[in-house]
Amino acid sequence: MAAIYNPRYETIAREELQQLQLERLQATINRCYKNVPFYRRRLEALGMEPEDFQSLDDLRQLPFTTKQDLRDSYPYDLVALPLREVVRFHLSSGTTGSPTVIAYTANDLAHWTELVARNLVAGEITREDVVQIFFGYGLFSGGFGLHQGAEAIGASVLPVSEAELPQQVKIMQDFRSTALIGMPSYALAIAEAMEAAGVDANSLSLRVGLFGAEPWSEERRQAIEERLHIRAYDIYGLSEMGGPGVSGECPERCGLHLAEDHYLVEVVDPATGEPLPEGEEGELVFTTLTKEALPLLRYRSGDLSALDSAPCACGRTVARMRRVCCRTDDMVIIHGINVFPADVATVLASFPEVSEHFQLVVEQVGVLDELEVRVELAPQFFSDTIRGLEGLEQEIADKIRANLGVGVAVKLVEPKTIERSIGKAKRVLDLRDKE
Amino acid sequence: MAATRIVQQVSIFLENKSGRLAEVCTTLGAHDINIRALCIADTSDFGILRLIVNDPAKAASVLQQAGFSVGQTSVIALQIPDRPGGLGGVLEKLEAVGINVEYMYAFFVRREGDAVVLFRVADDVLESTIRLLQEANVPILSAEDVYAL
Ligand SMILES: [Zn+2]
Repeated sequence: MAAIYNPRYETIAREELQQLQLERLQATINRCYKNVPFYRRRLEALGMEPEDFQSLDDLRQLPFTTKQDLRDSYPYDLVALPLREVVRFHLSSGTTGSPTVIAYTANDLAHWTELVARNLVAGEITREDVVQIFFGYGLFSGGFGLHQGAEAIGASVLPVSEAELPQQVKIMQDFRSTALIGMPSYALAIAEAMEAAGVDANSLSLRVGLFGAEPWSEERRQAIEERLHIRAYDIYGLSEMGGPGVSGECPERCGLHLAEDHYLVEVVDPATGEPLPEGEEGELVFTTLTKEALPLLRYRSGDLSALDSAPCACGRTVARMRRVCCRTDDMVIIHGINVFPADVATVLASFPEVSEHFQLVVEQVGVLDELEVRVELAPQFFSDTIRGLEGLEQEIADKIRANLGVGVAVKLVEPKTIERSIGKAKRVLDLRDKE
Repeated sequence: MAATRIVQQVSIFLENKSGRLAEVCTTLGAHDINIRALCIADTSDFGILRLIVNDPAKAASVLQQAGFSVGQTSVIALQIPDRPGGLGGVLEKLEAVGINVEYMYAFFVRREGDAVVLFRVADDVLESTIRLLQEANVPILSAEDVYAL
């Protein structure tokens, strides 16, 4: 049987797990009530006190915590401890206008490190590995999270987020890297650079890769595995839950094992918020069970998935979540940056030359993902020269880059050519790996 | 009476898809609008169809109703002497005072042996361009003349 980093908790009996979850939930609610005015007000509005939570199901009486709640609390309002206890901050990627903060105590960092270590071991990484981590190190939590975990299991870590593609290839050759960790789109870019440099994957020592921070399909997994000659594993996390480490695949690759001793995970109907039976697809809702600096109760992730708590052949008893391929809010993740259609709409609204009808098209050009913003011209337009219209496209692209931090191509289209769907607009067209 | 010297051109934004140009012509025909002159400027992604018609306001309105993005632009119609250098002389006059011609195109029909050419200059120099051409005795067609050509 493959290695398990923390068998005590990863193979815990479900009954014992639920008892542990309840104890930790009660402690978390207690801390929230005492130290976070936002949550205290919520409990008071319901006429509830921490003692009223006697079962895991009682949690369902609480309203959800949303991304907007986090934005409104920027930067410190949800932090449950004095700042002297906080040792690290990360910020969510995405819009520069309204970031969300994640804070860590020393204990939070230790837990985070352990959870990432569990994912690494589940993904066949050992202390013998030379690990090349190309997640960004900075406000984005991915680089630091994987780095800490990899050091904790004793792997040899190369923090290569600053390296350009040719240098990534050279480092793979020179250091005989055995494992790659980062975004799947970037893994493909490395494969491309490797092929362009005439380097044969057989001449390298690579054997495994852990990829995440953006949705990726089975087709993309196959492409990565074939071109880099590795076995590719999916890892999942979200900055609001502390970053990576929330779940990861084991060698069975039948879903991602959740760290259920640290997170209570619900699946709800995105429209009604009602809990769904196990196995049905819905929105993942997370409650932190051990976080000290930033405990969150019923946080709506926006990610769609389904849970399976049947025992896995790998020996782990913690539930598995299906790979996330869609989001409820049509968020697009491109180059690791979260792009919300609502933010694009705000930028477009400042241009009277275009209408409110637009679509985000994600395409794979070569190995890189590119985001195109297609927007309908207003019925009456202003410039009738090519230069004028191309200038308008560029102006919109520049403003999107300035406000959202992501490079896009803007394409003007005729009125009434973007598909309208009933109710919610079909904002995103993802053409990645569909060819 | 400079105002009547300004000809209203109808501009239509077209993605480069087959059939759209025909739809413009069909829509106009169905509303008894005649096309007097046209030109297309395009890139690999989109094109701009510029039209001189007998009733520009109506053309713009029916095309918008048909789902096109439509603009109206002021242009000048000049009667260019049909001899070598005729057009060049006019352009030189404009260039001499720093007026930039953004684009120009010719009419289908000739008038009394001369060519009719449509000029687009920036709106803020439109009036001064007309004055300059009048002082230089370049014949400018009135809007009424152009729509009726
Ligand atoms: Zn497993």
